[in-house]
Amino acid sequence: MGIIASISGIVVLAIFIGFVIYMGIQRLSWDFIVQLPSRFAEESGIYTAWMGTVWIMVFTTLISFPLGVGAGIYLEEYARQNRWSMFLEINISNLASVPSIIYGLLGLGVFVRMMQMGNSILAGALTLSLLILPIIIVSTREAIKAVPSSIRDASNALGASKWQTIWHQILPASFGGILTGVILALSRAIGETAPLIVVGALVYVPFAPQNPLDEFTVLPVQIYNWVSRPQEEFIINAAAAIIVLLGITFIMNGIAVYLRNKWQSKMEW
Amino acid sequence: MNIKEKIIEKVLALCALITILTTVGIIGVLLVEAVGFFREVSIIDFLTGTEWTPLFADKNYGILPLVSGTLLTTFIAIGVALPVGLTIAIYLNEYAPKRFKKVLKPLLEVLAVVPTVVYGFFALMIVTPFLKLFITDLSGFNALSPGIVMGIMIIPFVSSLSEDALAAVPDSLRQASYGMGSTRFQTAFRVMVPAASSGIMVSIILALSRAIGETMIVAIAAGQTPVFTFDPTVPIETITAYIVKVSSGDVPQGTVAYQTIFAAGITLFVVTFILNNISFWIKNRYQEKYE
Repeated sequence: MGIIASISGIVVLAIFIGFVIYMGIQRLSWDFIVQLPSRFAEESGIYTAWMGTVWIMVFTTLISFPLGVGAGIYLEEYARQNRWSMFLEINISNLASVPSIIYGLLGLGVFVRMMQMGNSILAGALTLSLLILPIIIVSTREAIKAVPSSIRDASNALGASKWQTIWHQILPASFGGILTGVILALSRAIGETAPLIVVGALVYVPFAPQNPLDEFTVLPVQIYNWVSRPQEEFIINAAAAIIVLLGITFIMNGIAVYLRNKWQSKMEW
Repeated sequence: MNIKEKIIEKVLALCALITILTTVGIIGVLLVEAVGFFREVSIIDFLTGTEWTPLFADKNYGILPLVSGTLLTTFIAIGVALPVGLTIAIYLNEYAPKRFKKVLKPLLEVLAVVPTVVYGFFALMIVTPFLKLFITDLSGFNALSPGIVMGIMIIPFVSSLSEDALAAVPDSLRQASYGMGSTRFQTAFRVMVPAASSGIMVSIILALSRAIGETMIVAIAAGQTPVFTFDPTVPIETITAYIVKVSSGDVPQGTVAYQTIFAAGITLFVVTFILNNISFWIKNRYQEKYE
């Protein structure tokens, strides 16, 4: 019973993925990757979609990585144990469970309208950055916590300042863990659809974006767009695009798991 | 040197402050637009109306159809995820050999890694046609299929949180139960599960909150027809799917139609916020119990 329950979900998922590969593999070709979208399913490609995904991911990384790690360091190393830090902590775990579409509304209200960024890559990347910030903060804190206090004490005893200790000892020692968390967070961001639709990513984009203020689409939004059409050919396109998206997601998670194992074996001091 | 250290501390504090600003931003944006909305629509009509037609000529702003759609898919999802997830947790904690456990846990996490838009595709293209073999009058869009798929997706949430709760039960309880001559099954279900019940509650509540906020699966496979019904075989619309539908079109800013997505959003936010805080509250009490 227990075994059946344990593997049932995985088996069902395997069947699903098998079905998608069976359906989409016929469309998957080099042309599909490098072609622009078109009214005709057979001529449509995912070029603008994956270019948009690359743009979004680059900016999301640039924004969320320093902010998340910085906040994690602050909470773990600087913040005193008082009401304020407890409030910060509760707030972060609350943010982690806010539905992603709400972040979309936040992005729409603040970045798209108030700051007048329009339906741009920058607005999308800022929205996704806020969405994954809690994940990065939490994993940064856990990675820092895992550094043995002997290292900190030794560095302090040698007369290093607080920041010197953090920069030269704590961060290098915890970097593997931090990186794992960041990659996991980014792999979550790459599959996010709803918040980007809300900030306006569904527009038909004839060309790949040239700068961060351009309009954009991303792979998951392109998939949604194709799934929502009645024609069989577009559904096949969606299946092919799903193979690409799943491939990227699984590779990113694989890297993260590999790094985590490597780092954990290194961390046994 | 001292000044540099001070500056660094301030910069890092600013990073942490962004999380507060995010919360303030969310509440602010939702409130500002929702207040505009409630100037036009009475809050009582909003909460009790059974017709939701803001984009039609004959406008009605009763959120109940969206709420019923959301609850329907959520409860179907929990109906799938809870028994399966809990069984997995009990099996992993009480029965499974260590080696098997080591392989199974990361595999289960894969379920949570797959993007939701992909699950939406599964629901629409695989599960719905499959269910049609058994339920002949099932509509192409329905609550049942996305609910089931969503349930599969949140299995790892329920199983990992429940497993943590079971693992936190002191071993002495298990030993005492065995000492009294209980079988494995009795120990698992009569001793361990009740002892971990608060932690299991937390996992259920977080899974609920997750299912209520889930968007793409229902937007793709549940339909876009707001009807006040609890029939799982007909097309419905959830709060989240409505927000996606309106955002996909071009609704001009400042109109009531534009404000409806924020009104729907604030409803969603309040419900998930309450659920999350209930889970905190239970978690805090429960941690005290064993420390």
